[in-house]
Amino acid sequence: MDVTLTGHGSSFYDFVHVEHGYLLPRFHVPESGAAPSFAQPPHGTTILALKYLDGVVIAADRQATEGYQVASRHIEKVYKADEYSAIAIAGAAGPCIEMVKLFQVELEHYEKLEGEVLALEGKANKLAQMVRQNLPAAFQGLVVIPIFAGYDLRKNEGRIFKYDITGGRYEEGDYYSTGSGGKDARNTLKKFFRPGMTREQAVRLALEALLDASEEDVATGGPDPVRGIYPSVKIVAQTGTNDLPEDEIRRMCEALLSERRR
Amino acid sequence: MAIPFYVAPDQMVQDKAEYARKGIAKGKSIVAMESAVGITLVAENPSASLNKISEIYDRIGFAGVGKYSEFENLRKAGIRYADLKGYAYSREDVFSKSLANAYSEVIGNIFTREIKPLEVEILVVEVGETPEENQMYRILFDGSISDHHGSVVIGGQAEKISQFLRDRFRDELRLEEAIKLGKEALEAGQGGPIRENTLEVAILDRARPGRKFRRFSALDLRELLAKASLGS
Repeated sequence: MDVTLTGHGSSFYDFVHVEHGYLLPRFHVPESGAAPSFAQPPHGTTILALKYLDGVVIAADRQATEGYQVASRHIEKVYKADEYSAIAIAGAAGPCIEMVKLFQVELEHYEKLEGEVLALEGKANKLAQMVRQNLPAAFQGLVVIPIFAGYDLRKNEGRIFKYDITGGRYEEGDYYSTGSGGKDARNTLKKFFRPGMTREQAVRLALEALLDASEEDVATGGPDPVRGIYPSVKIVAQTGTNDLPEDEIRRMCEALLSERRR
Repeated sequence: MAIPFYVAPDQMVQDKAEYARKGIAKGKSIVAMESAVGITLVAENPSASLNKISEIYDRIGFAGVGKYSEFENLRKAGIRYADLKGYAYSREDVFSKSLANAYSEVIGNIFTREIKPLEVEILVVEVGETPEENQMYRILFDGSISDHHGSVVIGGQAEKISQFLRDRFRDELRLEEAIKLGKEALEAGQGGPIRENTLEVAILDRARPGRKFRRFSALDLRELLAKASLGS
């Protein structure tokens, strides 16, 4: 333990970076190593977020791929970042999960040290810095692309932020989706999104977009009634960030599937 | 080179201790009590923003008396220590015992090596899954550490307040009873009434999922104290 006046501000990331750098993910492959595969879109995932009346619905499929193999059928890609925000990740699983973990600690650390919660804008910017730090690894193919959704307690509204591999941070007005099936999901969202949807309508649309993506994109997992695996959905609203109960997701997925049955 | 005056080590330790004690005696006391719901911390603090009680980690809380800037630095160092440990290992691996030992080492080292000792006394408390697993550590200005059960007091009037609590504290107090008793104990310590809006109260609530620390607002506090008065 080090008690000094000239500390590290309130950032856990800065503190670890300076004092315990070995703990931070460093995925930089030497120049002579793997051939750089330039800025491919993140593969093997569909993640999305859309606004509804009281906040944001954020969701993702559950499949992880390794080349043409299924690495996992029930990986988690949507995480609660803190009480009022959530993060969904697309890209290389290892760096993605590490970034989420670091981001969660970062927000909690700041809150405890300062006694204040970061503004949503501040959280989104912090995440941008972390994505930017990953740029060298991204050039080697280890891309991390998050979608960040939060409830802005000052503006009293849900907000959605998307990122590019350079850490560019862009706010989306209504909805966004990325990953290998991102474009397919976005088509569905674009067609059916209406401002001021109820939570039920928004969740249904999210699940429908994920279903469409899973039909068009081999690397996106669809609902799997046989194993009981369904997309993960979180709701970010003034009341906090909560998981949508699994049986509710299952019920809606089954309804969607039966509509397509012939 | 001028030869420094020789001061006998025991004289030096005594002087430092006296200096530290004098600083701490000016500060207002803090009471920590085990209760039915978890661990309750009650402090008198006229400032609403410069806190004496704080969250360190999921199950761990901190309280400091004495010089604000000094225990504030200790608090921050503790949060860094705990967050780093939780990040490097897992959240379940963060225990108050190792944190209290780290504090003891740091404060002890400063006491021996620096000219000016820290004028602080701190509490590190951890709520366990069962009351038997609760931990409460008191660390003094010279790094000496002790663990406590039931209730523990730090600050200038610690002795007097402990005495007050000795006759009145019992296990399984309800939350509002614990807060009321804490308030009365602090009042006994300073020999006068304390206004509700100068109380700083927090709890490590066993029943909460994840982060167990919760600070009570002035409004919560008024309601709880009113409830306690009705009950008695």
